[in-house]
Amino acid sequence: MDRLIVPDKITDNKLINLYKQMWVIRFFEEKVDEYFAKGMIHGTTHLAIGQEASAAGVCALLDVEDKITSTHRGHGHCIAKGATADKMMAELFGRTTGYCKGKGGSMHIADVDMGNLGANGIVAGGIPLAVGSALTAHMKKLNYVTVCFFGDGATNEGSFHEAVNLASIWKLPVIFVCENNQYGMSSPVKEMVNVDNLATRAQAYGIPGVVADGNDMIEMMNVTDEAIKRARRGEGPTFIEAKTYRWKGHSKSDTKKYRTLEEEKEWMRKDPIKRFKNDLMKAGFLTKEKAEKLQEEAKKVIEDAVKFADESPMPTLDDLLTDVYA
Amino acid sequence: MREITYLEAVREAMSQEMRVNNDVFILGEDIGVYGGAFGVTSGMIEEFGPERVRDTPISEAGIAGTAVGSALTGMRPILDLQFSDFITIAMDQIVNQAAKIRYMYGGKGMVPMVVRTPSGSGTGAAAQHSQSLEAWVTHIPGLKVVQPSTAYDAKGLLKAAIDDDNPVIFYEHKLLYKTSSHVPEDTYSIPLGKADVKREGSDVTIVATAIMVHRALEAAMELAKEGIDVEVIDPRTLVPLDEEAIITSVSKTGRVVVVHEAVKRGGYGAEIASMIAESEAFDYLVAPIKRLGAAPSPVPYHPELEKAHVPQVPNIIQAVKEMLKRA
Repeated sequence: MDRLIVPDKITDNKLINLYKQMWVIRFFEEKVDEYFAKGMIHGTTHLAIGQEASAAGVCALLDVEDKITSTHRGHGHCIAKGATADKMMAELFGRTTGYCKGKGGSMHIADVDMGNLGANGIVAGGIPLAVGSALTAHMKKLNYVTVCFFGDGATNEGSFHEAVNLASIWKLPVIFVCENNQYGMSSPVKEMVNVDNLATRAQAYGIPGVVADGNDMIEMMNVTDEAIKRARRGEGPTFIEAKTYRWKGHSKSDTKKYRTLEEEKEWMRKDPIKRFKNDLMKAGFLTKEKAEKLQEEAKKVIEDAVKFADESPMPTLDDLLTDVYA
Repeated sequence: MREITYLEAVREAMSQEMRVNNDVFILGEDIGVYGGAFGVTSGMIEEFGPERVRDTPISEAGIAGTAVGSALTGMRPILDLQFSDFITIAMDQIVNQAAKIRYMYGGKGMVPMVVRTPSGSGTGAAAQHSQSLEAWVTHIPGLKVVQPSTAYDAKGLLKAAIDDDNPVIFYEHKLLYKTSSHVPEDTYSIPLGKADVKREGSDVTIVATAIMVHRALEAAMELAKEGIDVEVIDPRTLVPLDEEAIITSVSKTGRVVVVHEAVKRGGYGAEIASMIAESEAFDYLVAPIKRLGAAPSPVPYHPELEKAHVPQVPNIIQAVKEMLKRA
């Protein structure tokens, strides 16, 4: 039997919960995909199916008081940081019980009390926010860390470079997690960046840059653990590049003309959930039956979420002008 | 009562808040030992140290976002934006993040931050260091916008801005930094959204902002010699705008000139003029509303061109006289 090498913080029970959580994320997004196709949810959405290991693996190491900033492709980050699927689904349904009372939608889900400082519709927009959150921890002498999720495309934004530099010179407790899913909308990262690994950009700011297999839960947890320890020791930020792939298009309107079916199939063979399942089974944490049971439980979570959302009240027109100002 | 300068009033408002509230801190470029480009933060690093008077790299987008993120997590940052023109570089964080977070998040979380920034021409710094871009931010729901014209107002409005739980853009006029007025030593707050009648009069209302308040008052003194009685209203805050004070004044005088330093086209004067036209004051108007603002060009370098670019006292006098000729 293989031994799993995971951070101390990750208990056996936690491993099992993480497996289920990955399925909750997957089923949530599949349901969203289905409902968008049927016209039951409006607006737009960005799915991270295939990227569950970076969301679940990184957030597995966080405590409630730790913070995250997320992206337009952020459903997984939110769930992994403790958001409930029912309030998230309600938000996508535009209901008052949603995380943003139906006023934010898919791209703006936040739960400030639980340390989720928000998804963000602006590429790289959340990176300086994460640095600000880390500055608060530093100035108030609080022990929390801030994880900043962003995509490969964000590393070409000025905000990324400015914020990483700030975090580095002030040695702030922030972990930059770049989910390199190979495309910024339709643009292949290899055409938009002239380095093989985005993590090498960290060198320019004097911080460690780590390349990780973003589809490997175990590796994601271990590199995150190192980065968090470094941050909590006051040694400053770490840049983690999680190499991964989004199975779906950029958003609901994407016909994916810029990539091949072969490439998609190749990445689907590297499914992070299947891989984690195999790791857990090989190490004796999971049986086939138990895995199926957890998967069924996850499915039920999403069914309940849909029911909750569907039965929740719509905002009224009186809500239009509330909460513009504090 | 003692007199201090507008610059000293701004510094005093910040220092007094920082002495009683550890969450308040300043971040910006060259604000430490250098004391800020105009000297506003001079001496503050000595009192409060480099953690709370925090020198930053030249990274307007980064530091603006850092201020937003720190505000969202419990601090009350004052972002010192060295020249107001540089707001263009910080715009995503101010417009897309700071202004919208509370609404997007369904009323959870708040962004109590102040962006203090020097604006205006008259220093020979030319096109990229002299603009008055306040109309840009007034257009964004979620932001408040303040433009003090005196030392007294600057101190009281800045306290209100720091105490406010929303992002406030606080425009300081460079040419006003060295002007003085009576300023109490104790702290006091001037509510945002309360205009000030800087001079009472009965013939014409001039609504003026920032440096134009002083030019309007000078014009009013000249016009008084000819028996023309001018009322000067300083909104002090553009968002929220004290509509009532303006409507009351215009209803009384029946004539209004709106004057600001920003380019007239698309300037905030258009909003004020429209607000008056849509209000009950319209019924009292005996002449069309007149707007004065900068010419539609970048701010020029040559001193005479620079002067000609923005309204001066004679332009205001002329506008008032022409208006009185009509009716």
